[in-house]
Amino acid sequence: MCLAIPGKIISIESQYNGIVRMAKVLFGGITKEASLEMVPKAQVGDYVLVHVGVAISIVDEQEAKKTFEYLEGIGELEELMPSKG
Amino acid sequence: MKYLSEYRNPEVVVQYLDKIAKIATQKWTIMEVCGGQTHSLVKNGLLNLLPENVQMVHGPGCPVCVTPLHLIDKAVYLAEEKGVILCSFGDMLRVPGSKKSLLEAKASGADVRILYSPLEAVKLAKENPQKEIVFFAVGFETTAPANALSVIHAQREGLKNYSILTSHVLVPPAIEAVMNDDATAIQGFLAAGHVCTIMGIDDYYPISKKYHIPMIVTGFEPVDLVQGIYMTIRQLEEGKAEVENQYGRVVKPEGNPEARKVIETVFKICDREWRGIGVIPNSGYELRPEFADFDANIKFDVKIDKVEESKECIAGLVLKGIKKPYECSQFGKKCTPTSPLGAPMVSSEGACAAYYHFSQIANN
Ligand code: SF4
Repeated sequence: MCLAIPGKIISIESQYNGIVRMAKVLFGGITKEASLEMVPKAQVGDYVLVHVGVAISIVDEQEAKKTFEYLEGIGELEELMPSKG
Repeated sequence: MKYLSEYRNPEVVVQYLDKIAKIATQKWTIMEVCGGQTHSLVKNGLLNLLPENVQMVHGPGCPVCVTPLHLIDKAVYLAEEKGVILCSFGDMLRVPGSKKSLLEAKASGADVRILYSPLEAVKLAKENPQKEIVFFAVGFETTAPANALSVIHAQREGLKNYSILTSHVLVPPAIEAVMNDDATAIQGFLAAGHVCTIMGIDDYYPISKKYHIPMIVTGFEPVDLVQGIYMTIRQLEEGKAEVENQYGRVVKPEGNPEARKVIETVFKICDREWRGIGVIPNSGYELRPEFADFDANIKFDVKIDKVEESKECIAGLVLKGIKKPYECSQFGKKCTPTSPLGAPMVSSEGACAAYYHFSQIANN
């Protein structure tokens, strides 16, 4: 449960009168919401490591893609689809 | 079993394995603290590829595993008797309490939900104002920002029906507890990369110095792990005891300051009971008094009796890396992932379960 999974920010919207930035993050074919409160500099198009709905750091695209493929390859992405878990 | 060719960069893994074999002149014992790393080492078959004189022992780093039984019983009680909507991560809901797991409670009618994020629980609270929502907040430092943020979001929304049942644990005090055991044979540590993404690496300097042990901040992929092991052995062979960062592409020395600020706003450090080990001083987070309204322990002041663990289970020794899972008399017999006797068997990131799954696959 402690894995952070890399994904790409595809859109950002603000909540709570602009205090909180929430992003839609694309992981392979799955889109999830993630808070950007811990990564204030993150922009649309950036890759972020997301852990349980919170982006915890910005990573480079190459790194993100390789890590994602690795996780997918060994079947470690089920936490993105908790209802199936 | 995974074959070498399936690794990301198999040639690099092989190179590091060769380098390790070349430089290791004696027996060395290294602990990886993080359950995710244990899982990856076992699942990728790396333990069998390391030279015999390099012993990996597996640490207490699975928050689901070390959550005390009586807390699970409490969560079940809240779901069944208090009519709350009890939510947590899938792994946590599968762990049996002394009578049943949360998923079994769900099967018999309680409202229990698997969520991907604690922030979804806050949404649920907003949508169900007539219901109490409790999020079972387990995790290491990596998960603390998300759990803390859920409380901040709930406060911002003015929600009165959201609370968290906290079982948060911290890595550095666990390392000290492991090293303070006289029976320990550990000479070096792989520190958990994702924990350090949040907390940075400063906490490890005093520990490395105090126990004179190399500590290598390491990622969780095969290449990361073999490189981290290589770096540890290189230090050991040179008589060094330093903190190094193998996972620099993700971990900055200072960690993530925003995340640490959120954690500090919401949580304070407390003594915490670790299932299988006992109470470790200053080894967990609890909500600060300012957030008492969001503390399920205060909101639902129910007393749940502590339960005796199985006498045959040697979880304490396994979690401290003193014994291997297969040295337990009940491993694979009375104790399996479907009916675990103790902490390291309850989730796939616990050492006993990791070994169990692996031996099943290896035997087929
Ligand atoms: S195999 Fe089961 S009984 Fe033995 S130490 Fe592990 S969890 Fe405890």
